[in-house]
Amino acid sequence: MDFQGSGLSRRAALKTGALVAFASLIGTRLAFADAPTVAAELKKLYGDKAMAEGKIKLDVPEIAENGMVVPINIEVDSPMTEADYVKSVHIFADGNPLPGVVTYTFTPACGKAAASTRMRLAQTQNIVCVAEMSNGTLYTAKANVKVTIGGCGG
Amino acid sequence: MTTKPTPRVRVPAKAAAGEVIEIKTLISHEMESGQRKDAKGAVIPRKILNKFSASFNGKPIFEAEWFPAISANPYQSFFYKATESGEFTFTWKDDDGSEYTAKNKLTVG
Repeated sequence: MDFQGSGLSRRAALKTGALVAFASLIGTRLAFADAPTVAAELKKLYGDKAMAEGKIKLDVPEIAENGMVVPINIEVDSPMTEADYVKSVHIFADGNPLPGVVTYTFTPACGKAAASTRMRLAQTQNIVCVAEMSNGTLYTAKANVKVTIGGCGG
Repeated sequence: MTTKPTPRVRVPAKAAAGEVIEIKTLISHEMESGQRKDAKGAVIPRKILNKFSASFNGKPIFEAEWFPAISANPYQSFFYKATESGEFTFTWKDDDGSEYTAKNKLTVG
């Protein structure tokens, strides 16, 4: 790589460096053939219970430039009363070496079933979100994120 | 390189009764995923904050179980419906067993 005189900014140079560093890691990721998958994780949690689409607003960027820090914001439509609230929300990333991202536990005291955090994504992949309501019904949502530079959990 | 994690929490000091407030938290932590390898090819052991929990006047209100896919210096925001004055307690649990806490007061009225 020749940075001299190419007019590359410090940021661009850092990104290129990071890309080279992670490219080697991505290769090793693909070897995880028997790693736990999202489907297996969901089966472990809920068995073969039916899941409906909807109710969940899953907010992730369409294109994430840096896989190390990808903002994720979820909001589940619910009145959040003692009788009807969102119990938990599981978030998975199907292209990461380990699919789990985060599990939220809500209570009616939250007032609003919404939370946001930042995650690492190793490559372009789908984000799967499953919400369990207080009455046991399950809702799911899915979104694709294109990752330019993989986070690889490192 | 390891510095003591410092929690930072942003909670409004005052809220009207019934108002839904947003709570934003941030803590400095490297969140070592256990997936990386050092220069010699040995796996760097996992060391992450695996659980964040929030309670108000001792009553749990929100919990987040974090996996290695959570970014370094984890950020977490969530909501709380203010009903009475009191104190929030935020707890972060580390893989090594240590706990970090932060407390914030909220006045309702």
